[in-house]
Amino acid sequence: MAGMLGRRLLLVIPMVIVVSLVMFLLASLVPGDQARTILGENASPEAVAALRKELGLDLPPLQQYLNWALAAVRGDLGASIYSGEPVVSILAGRLPVTLSLVVLSTLVIGIIGVALGLMSALRGGWLGRFLDAISLVGLAVPGFAIAILAVSLFAVTFRIFPATGYVPLTVSVGGWLWALVLPVFALSLTGTTLVAKQVRDSAKDALAKDFVRFLRANGVSETSIVLRHVLKNASIPAVTVLGIGAIASLTGTIFVENVFVLPGLGTMATQATLNHDLPVLLGIGVLFTLITVVINLIVDIVYGVLNPKVRAA
Amino acid sequence: MVSRQGSPRIVASNRRNLLVDVLRRPLGAAAVIYLAIVILACVCAPLLAPHDPLTQNLSAVRLGPTVEYPLGTDALGRDILSRLLYGGQESLIGVAQALVVALVIAIPLGTAAGFIGGWFDRLVMRCIDISMAIPGIIVTLAVLAIFSNSMLAAMVVYGILVSASAARVIRSSALNVREELYIDAARTTGLTRGQILVRHILPRTLGVIIVQAAMLSAIALGVQTGLAFLGFGPPPPQPTWGGMVGEASSMLQLHPWMIVPTAGIITVTTLAFGLLGDAVRDANAEGIERPMRTARRRRGASNTDAAPAPAAPASSPPNPDALLSVRGLTVAFGTGDDETIVVDGADFDIRRGETVGLVGESGSGKTVTAMAVLGLLAQGGRVVSGSIWFDGTDISGYTSAQYRALRGTRMALISQEPMVALDPAFRIGFQVAEVLRSHHRLSRRAARARAVELLAAVRLTDPEHVATLYPHQVSGGMAQRVAIAIALAGRPELLVADEPTTALDVTVQAEILDLLRSLQERLGMAVLFVTHDWGVVADICDRAVVMYAGQVVERASVAEIFHDPLHPYTQALQASDPHNAVKGQPLPTIGGIVPPPGHWPVGCHFADRCRFAVDECRAGRIPSFERGEGREARCIRIDAVHSERAQTLEEVVG
Repeated sequence: MAGMLGRRLLLVIPMVIVVSLVMFLLASLVPGDQARTILGENASPEAVAALRKELGLDLPPLQQYLNWALAAVRGDLGASIYSGEPVVSILAGRLPVTLSLVVLSTLVIGIIGVALGLMSALRGGWLGRFLDAISLVGLAVPGFAIAILAVSLFAVTFRIFPATGYVPLTVSVGGWLWALVLPVFALSLTGTTLVAKQVRDSAKDALAKDFVRFLRANGVSETSIVLRHVLKNASIPAVTVLGIGAIASLTGTIFVENVFVLPGLGTMATQATLNHDLPVLLGIGVLFTLITVVINLIVDIVYGVLNPKVRAA
Repeated sequence: MVSRQGSPRIVASNRRNLLVDVLRRPLGAAAVIYLAIVILACVCAPLLAPHDPLTQNLSAVRLGPTVEYPLGTDALGRDILSRLLYGGQESLIGVAQALVVALVIAIPLGTAAGFIGGWFDRLVMRCIDISMAIPGIIVTLAVLAIFSNSMLAAMVVYGILVSASAARVIRSSALNVREELYIDAARTTGLTRGQILVRHILPRTLGVIIVQAAMLSAIALGVQTGLAFLGFGPPPPQPTWGGMVGEASSMLQLHPWMIVPTAGIITVTTLAFGLLGDAVRDANAEGIERPMRTARRRRGASNTDAAPAPAAPASSPPNPDALLSVRGLTVAFGTGDDETIVVDGADFDIRRGETVGLVGESGSGKTVTAMAVLGLLAQGGRVVSGSIWFDGTDISGYTSAQYRALRGTRMALISQEPMVALDPAFRIGFQVAEVLRSHHRLSRRAARARAVELLAAVRLTDPEHVATLYPHQVSGGMAQRVAIAIALAGRPELLVADEPTTALDVTVQAEILDLLRSLQERLGMAVLFVTHDWGVVADICDRAVVMYAGQVVERASVAEIFHDPLHPYTQALQASDPHNAVKGQPLPTIGGIVPPPGHWPVGCHFADRCRFAVDECRAGRIPSFERGEGREARCIRIDAVHSERAQTLEEVVG
């Protein structure tokens, strides 16, 4: 397994290179000018040319990319062309919000998805149909629409949860959690139903296995069969789906953070897009790639821990 | 479930029209019709729209549905329906752009990678792996930033990014098709790779491609409307679906109605793409499995003209000396018209400490009988009539809770496939300790120590080490020893051994039988040994119960059953036992096949294969006839059979 993880880690490098290179080359395709964006429409051509030189925008694209990459390796992702703030410090300020959303959503997806799936495998009937209906809704209603509906119902109509805003974890744990209930709900609905359906299918498979009959025949309690044996066997394929759900909620933060006005990477990404602030977008792109890779790595590790056949290999 | 064996894989050219199949499904038809209407309506927006999408009517702002404005108006008094129709053009074109780009990349790449394989496949898969980790949405945002809000550029780039996941699915489908026989056949007829790809692989992966296209459309619609919702794409007065949701969300309190049609159309359209994908997938799967289904239906139909369920035989009283006394046990699967009797009035006894072999071919009902004793019939199975007396109590009507109290401590099971009897996800030591802890009050540590002792008792060398292994790390013989250790953990009085040696090598078989015999002597438990192997019966059993097509046809001691079998089936079965084969002579076989449950004849179940059969044998239910203590056979021709056998023996000996 160590070898597999090593290979996975090595894949990070080409991934980050591909993402940043793609964004760089796209940028070089357009005659659009960051220098003019910074200086404004009324700047003199001389001033623009001077700034271009200063930013290295007059160099060939590949040269620009190499310069960026060499700086990035040293932890310097450049500065925002909009605010002038270093990209690294912008990202550092906003990462906790997005990370909170992704971690909480993943926990919700995992816990509720597994519980629902297991219950529906054992009980079937109305719970199974409910799950099918909810999962159709979860797949069909776009995340931003779920977020808006959640706001209109729980924040505007019933006034239970705040509609917008964020409380840092360091200020108040309760406030942090309270502020994130609705966004996490909107982010995790689809993933939860995906995990629940997977767990239901694999738990049904596991319940039909010979070893369940063997354990029953030899007096192991039903509780232990379900909560230990069926659960562990059913979670093995569910871990992969949970990883997909975690990555989907990372993507979803772009939309959901905007609905709830949370100061995370998602709102930053849309602002940077409106401001044509490429260095920031590039930084967010690299960061999202790294988060995705870390999620996949965790999935691989958990998969290996649960599945002894992988661990031995 | 119906076994997949023998279901002929049909050839691509025989496929029926996929579209017809999809339209035959209610949800598929609804999705297709809905999508057709929405697309057509948006295309014809200039003709259909009741109002100009940009005309404001400030005397009619924020209206709910009215006759003039079927879906109401927005904050500026513009007709929502008209704006949705015009806005749909934008969204649907965006979906189409992403879809076309994604498919143009994914189809050739996926089919080629799956079909060609080798280094090309590995290279493509590696690229797919990398591109799937790219945060597509961020790159798409970057494109929007660079190409100053060009939705076309954004959707094209998004299409490129999602093509990876589609290519991966198409690849595995092509890989499956490649493995099929007719592709080899096509190759031998001299078609080039390219021709095979286009003529055979592509048509067979078409269903998968359409499913992917529907899913990609749903995702692309979500992204397109999501970006418009965030304010990218055409600037404000221009209607877009996502933009309208944004407007609605900004006045949730003032005008809550507006969220309904705007978010609604996106939701229903996404749903329609999803349902279309599901319908195509189901239709596609059915197309491949169709031959199996018709075969099943045919069998079901002939079920009705087969023998009616036999009348329950009058049950004789249980044997008071026996630990287990089964009387008239009848087991059925299914209900109503589908009910099929699989065990028909089985009678037998097992005394304490005795080993009884339950012998028969596959399909005789021996395993079902054993599982009924344990109260572990598979789903849909139930005891219809008869009784199971265990230590003086009829347990056939026990609830699952009552059965649970018996299993493990009073009766236990070892099963045929030791490798699948153990949970692959837990260490062997843990599994043994768990069973111990469910029978005795033990600390974790004590259970663990006892588990190692038990593993030693089943003669595993280095039990400490074996306890730390997972089931896939041990051999079949070792796994069966572990299973025996688990079964004996509760010191049961009755052990049901369901073909415990069938899946093992001959030498391992002998060791396991040895182990079982010595454990049985030491613990004094009774064993119900289910087997089809006469060698095993001779080796380990005291008495034998022979089953044929759901009925017990003969009961006797092992000595009697070998030296003087009464039932023609027992005789034939022993004659066809490979152990008795004479070198250089063909192995005698019983002509015909065991009739499956639901197809049993009215009279003697064996009559069609029996050379002693007379008309009377087929007339009605055949009872069992007693021939001495614990000895009986279900045959009305016992005397004829017996005298002929005596004659033959005399001839051979004389």
